[in-house]
Amino acid sequence: MNIIVCTKQIFDPEIPPAKFKLDAETMRVVPPEGIPPVMNPYDERAVELALRLKDKYGGIITVLTLGNTGASSIVKHALAMGVDQGVVLADKAFDGSDSFSVAYFLSKAIEKVGDYELVLCGRQAADWDEGLVGSIIAEYLGLPLITLAEAIDVANGELRVKRITLDGYQVFSVPTPAIITVSYEVGRPRLPSGWGIISASQKKIPVWGSRDIDADPSRGGAKAIRRRLVKLFIPERKRKCEIIEGETTAEAAVKLVERLIKEGTL
Amino acid sequence: MTDHRDILICGELKEGKITTTTKEILNIGRKLSDELKQALSLLLIGHQIQEEADKAISLGADNVYLANGNPFSESLPECYMTIIIGVCSQLKPSIILFGHNDMGRDLAPRLAARQGSSVCMDCVELSINPATKSLLALKPVYGGNAMALWALENYQPHVVTLRPRAAAPAESDPSRRGEIMTVAFEATDSIKGKLLETVKEEVKGIRLEEAKVVVAGGGGIGGREGFQLIKKFAQILGGAVGITRVPRDENWMPSSLEIGQTGHMVSPNLYIAVGISGAPQHLAGCSGSKCIVAINKDPDAHIFKEADFGIVGDYREALPVLIDKCRTVLAS
Repeated sequence: MNIIVCTKQIFDPEIPPAKFKLDAETMRVVPPEGIPPVMNPYDERAVELALRLKDKYGGIITVLTLGNTGASSIVKHALAMGVDQGVVLADKAFDGSDSFSVAYFLSKAIEKVGDYELVLCGRQAADWDEGLVGSIIAEYLGLPLITLAEAIDVANGELRVKRITLDGYQVFSVPTPAIITVSYEVGRPRLPSGWGIISASQKKIPVWGSRDIDADPSRGGAKAIRRRLVKLFIPERKRKCEIIEGETTAEAAVKLVERLIKEGTL
Repeated sequence: MTDHRDILICGELKEGKITTTTKEILNIGRKLSDELKQALSLLLIGHQIQEEADKAISLGADNVYLANGNPFSESLPECYMTIIIGVCSQLKPSIILFGHNDMGRDLAPRLAARQGSSVCMDCVELSINPATKSLLALKPVYGGNAMALWALENYQPHVVTLRPRAAAPAESDPSRRGEIMTVAFEATDSIKGKLLETVKEEVKGIRLEEAKVVVAGGGGIGGREGFQLIKKFAQILGGAVGITRVPRDENWMPSSLEIGQTGHMVSPNLYIAVGISGAPQHLAGCSGSKCIVAINKDPDAHIFKEADFGIVGDYREALPVLIDKCRTVLAS
């Protein structure tokens, strides 16, 4: 089964909140010092799921990412995890694109890669937290879409997809080619092997521009955005914490109960 | 822009009743429609739901569209889309509102892409710019570290999903009048795929969303055994158990108990966070709680910045005392 995984490079979402800074003027997040950008963790689960399918059914996995040429580091990460090939999409025409434009360029790149049974995307990117691109690609390519998958298998020549819901799960059957967005519940992605890291570091990652994927550049960039960012800010904290002190933790616990009763909370 | 009118809410039913989230969106939608002087329409898909349609009108809808069909959890999303697209082509709404839940997360992006619209997901506040009449959508980004305010101007209809608890539920006013219409749209045969089964994982005890008290454990609990204390404490308080990402990833507890950005959104009277560091992605799911208590060994844990009361200490020492003390207090 040939699989294409769409990935995105983002600032590490696990940084402590105290290190999160933004520039209100330019409405951009300030890159956290000394912490390198990472592959969106949801996309990393998508790579993991692709590798599990490859382990079972074989096939070629291709990773795509749209960003600047620095995004090749996440392609190398995916190669080190075990995917077969990867491409960075970088072009001036892509800069400042919104989710619709990104999905358009990715779908053109998917068509160029061709010969695939499955496209995987993370359920959302942990920076803007929207969860749009995978679904929009499905619309552009006219593919059946299942969102928020936890597991994928093959049965009777179709994909068997487990979709997580708030209070359980659903199981769908879809024909290939299909597009599926992947949730966190997949579990921990595998760590790259030492050999994987070495061989990935030696590979040259191809870069495709809008011409390479036969895309209409006017469908990208700031001119094509469908909504406008007015303000980006760090929310104010509303709570002030009262630390309940005590000689011992047990004593503090007793005091806490008394305090909560006084507040009328208990 | 002028040919778009009406605000359309894609409503949801649970066990045949309008959900709390839909009531919250009715509240938000009503304010927007008064400001824009547009009608507020609600689409309900279900079986024998006339009574709920009447209720929706007293909750603020001007028009209710009833379509015969299975709830979202029992349909192929694409079949559900057929009905929504059908209603949209008739109604030409200027704004389409969903809850940010299983249905909205899935359908809103498809709908926006198919209609060439703008979209904003997981919003916590909507308003109208008085000068331009454009829609302003506020949403948490970067896992809740920041907030982004977006203006949706062109590319109507604007598709928006609203985070549960973004507003109070609409209040019922039985004197309100409105129109109820039945619509029918057939799903075409070209739809690919099948829903094979929908499984609800039964959670023992109170549902998280309804609990007045939630006791939640994080990575600091250290393993499955520790959750016995959490469960016991929740039980004494008549509350529900919640977890963060680490216990889920480590398989200490079922993932269906997760609270946060991609899990449950709760707002109990009392939220007790035990061994939880306080990642914004988790706080997104509990920040609406009336009172947050944090118990953590690490005095610098971020959770103390977001709590009302804190104990710096080992939960293994704190919880047994809390359990005993609460048992006595609540018994008297």
